[in-house]
Amino acid sequence: MLIRALKSREMILALAIAILIGLIAMQFPGFIAPDNLADAFNDTSPLIILALGQMIVILTRCIDLSVAANLALTGMLVAMINTQFPALPIPVLITIAIAAGTVMGAINGLLTWKLDIPPIVVTLGTMTIYRGLIFLLSEGQWINAHEMSDSFKALPRHEFLSLPLLSWIAIAITLAFIVLVARTPLGRAFYAVGGNPNAAVYAGIDVGRTQFLAFTLCGALAGLTGYLWVSRYAVAYVDIAGGFELDVVAACVIGGISIAGGVGTVIGAFLGAIFLGVIKNALPVIGISPFAQLAISGAAIIIAVAFNARSSRRKGRLILKHEEAVG
Amino acid sequence: MTLNQSASALSQPQPVMAISNVSKSFPGVKALNQVSLELYAGEVTALIGENGAGKSTMVKVLTGIYQPDEGEIQLNGVKTTFHSAHAAANAGITAIHQETVLFDELSVAENIFLGNAPKGRFGLISTSTMRQQARALLQRVNANINPDTPLRELGIANKHLVAVARALSVDSKVVIMDEPTAALSLKEIEELYTLINQLKQEGKAILFISHKFEEIFAIADRYAVYRDGEMAGSGHIDTASQQELVNMMVGRPVDQVFPPRQPTHGKALLRVEGYSHPTEFANISFTLKQGEILGFYGLVGAGRTEFMQSLFGITKHTAGKVFIDAEEIEINTPGQAIARGIVYVPEDRGHHGTISNTPIFHNVSLPSLGKTLKRKLLNPPAELSLTRTFTERLELRAAALDQQVNKLSGGNQQKVVISKWLATEPRIIILDEPTKGIDIGSKAAVHQFTAELAAKGMAVILVSSEIPEIIGMSDRTIVMRDGRICAELSKPEMTPEALVQAAAGITHA
Repeated sequence: MLIRALKSREMILALAIAILIGLIAMQFPGFIAPDNLADAFNDTSPLIILALGQMIVILTRCIDLSVAANLALTGMLVAMINTQFPALPIPVLITIAIAAGTVMGAINGLLTWKLDIPPIVVTLGTMTIYRGLIFLLSEGQWINAHEMSDSFKALPRHEFLSLPLLSWIAIAITLAFIVLVARTPLGRAFYAVGGNPNAAVYAGIDVGRTQFLAFTLCGALAGLTGYLWVSRYAVAYVDIAGGFELDVVAACVIGGISIAGGVGTVIGAFLGAIFLGVIKNALPVIGISPFAQLAISGAAIIIAVAFNARSSRRKGRLILKHEEAVG
Repeated sequence: MTLNQSASALSQPQPVMAISNVSKSFPGVKALNQVSLELYAGEVTALIGENGAGKSTMVKVLTGIYQPDEGEIQLNGVKTTFHSAHAAANAGITAIHQETVLFDELSVAENIFLGNAPKGRFGLISTSTMRQQARALLQRVNANINPDTPLRELGIANKHLVAVARALSVDSKVVIMDEPTAALSLKEIEELYTLINQLKQEGKAILFISHKFEEIFAIADRYAVYRDGEMAGSGHIDTASQQELVNMMVGRPVDQVFPPRQPTHGKALLRVEGYSHPTEFANISFTLKQGEILGFYGLVGAGRTEFMQSLFGITKHTAGKVFIDAEEIEINTPGQAIARGIVYVPEDRGHHGTISNTPIFHNVSLPSLGKTLKRKLLNPPAELSLTRTFTERLELRAAALDQQVNKLSGGNQQKVVISKWLATEPRIIILDEPTKGIDIGSKAAVHQFTAELAAKGMAVILVSSEIPEIIGMSDRTIVMRDGRICAELSKPEMTPEALVQAAAGITHA
């Protein structure tokens, strides 16, 4: 049991992260100062939350490319509401953000379920639509820090046990997802639908509905992140988090969530996000140019995917053998 | 075992292709055991056998998809090995498969020349030459098809002709036709015969695989019969009668022992009336009693699986009623069927049965999760004990119950699937080819358990293409042909001959 845990993909990834941090610390001891690590974790928190949402979508053999656009649209929406009605309490705004994100996720899910459109096409379309809506809503204007109320900006920074609330939210969602994915029938259905949709149908699981629920949950998390993002960076405009959906997918892939569906764990997605977060935080410290940073992040993604592909190859052969035996 | 090699003693022509004593094993199954096959230029050899007799495996050996474990392949008297499908194709062996392997989105000409297109200047594909040659080939097979038509616009028969034209486009010596008539109308079959005769005149050796005896007698010059992966006979077709071929196909040493049963039938549990589907089956009616094992026999494509899937709510039916305990019920989703106590153990384990990269106990508990929940959360200890209860009864051999299913042998995977359904505590269980492709030991365990289920009052529908299994297990057998029930045989009427004749549509004995 212990050996298997040590050999698991999650453990290898955790080791890789530890080695990475160790290497950086040898050159820049300041990087492992508790404050700096806490900052890096806080920076990575939105990625963690979005990666968890994306993970359950990918588990069901779908993909959601609209998460960053969803985030940006809800962020703009709550920022505009805040500037118009500064007295509106923050919990109401958070509820609005989650509701708006949920609706956008549900739209993705419904199009996939009822119209049977491939998820990559659906979310590529809604990604563009949601971004376009931000422009229509804001008329291209920025909402800057001074227009937002103080309480609006303060919430994610509010510290508790020397970690900002944003970090605690990421931790809480991770824990909730461990229970959801590993301990509820819905979580099991995600794996069944992605692992073998045909067999899931025979077991009485509604594949389309399960995928719809994954999209909806993912949208809800994107909506929540929309508020957190805009309040933390204290700015909202059309292009916030542009291209961030690719980081989210990359975090999942690095974390061992199989794009083919049915394989992956919450801890894996969490660590995948951390891995990407460490790289993104460390490279500027080391003094690598922003362009090289992009290339290095990209290389890390490909290495991680190649690693995953290698570790799952043997399984593929077994399946072939099995089919030969039957045929 | 009687080897029937009577004729062919006078003039000994040299076979174009000779397979001798070839064996091929897969984990848990010996698909071919010391079988031989000879194909002669200008002659049609019919390969005959039940489902699972090894015909498809032999086709794959001939076309280089499988490499035999032992035995030898000779081409024009020279020993050859095909390391790949490509090597076999280069040696002039072409197969026209059951489901034609063509590309819907490409044009007819592109399909004919895919991978072998005529080159023009700069090594680019010359479309004009390709079109010309395609037209000539299509004329040779008497097909009135425009080579520029996209393939998807053609009917199944014309697609077949395109496949034949493709076979002719390379200089093939051996043409393999794997159930070419399965989807053809009578007129199209006539045209196919003309074509086969033309191929014979061109000196090609043809291997013709079919279930239908009238076709075999109409077109074949020689025959080879396989049974359970072994040779059951071969020779000239004019020296054999239909009855002899049937006997070779089904007659077997009694090597399987079925559990003894004293069936006690209770009241009628399931009644199906007039179940129909637009294309797959029509007017299926029967009654199933408690404690009964009802066999469903038929050839591949007779509509048995399609009907069972519809009864289980996977596909929709257009007409018909289902009654359980004399109460009419509606089944439109598998969830409804499971809730009513009907479960279906599908034929295709890989596709429909297991979620192979997850642990055994996840698979077994999946349809029964509701029973194991604790405060609405999954409860792995309860799932494990549920799984243990049923896998132990089936003698599942696994290192641990959290082992991934794809690490198990075929027989043990099948036990996982059956355990999964038994764990739902069904009243009616549909077993679709429950022992296909699994080893003898696992078969016996599945048979034993099937008998126990019936003894406990469960009603069992056993869909099987294995005649001994049907005869050994079922109390009554329904035979389907072309989507309809064509015979119902009581226990004493169930003989191998009667089953084969009913399924193949042979009216005289």
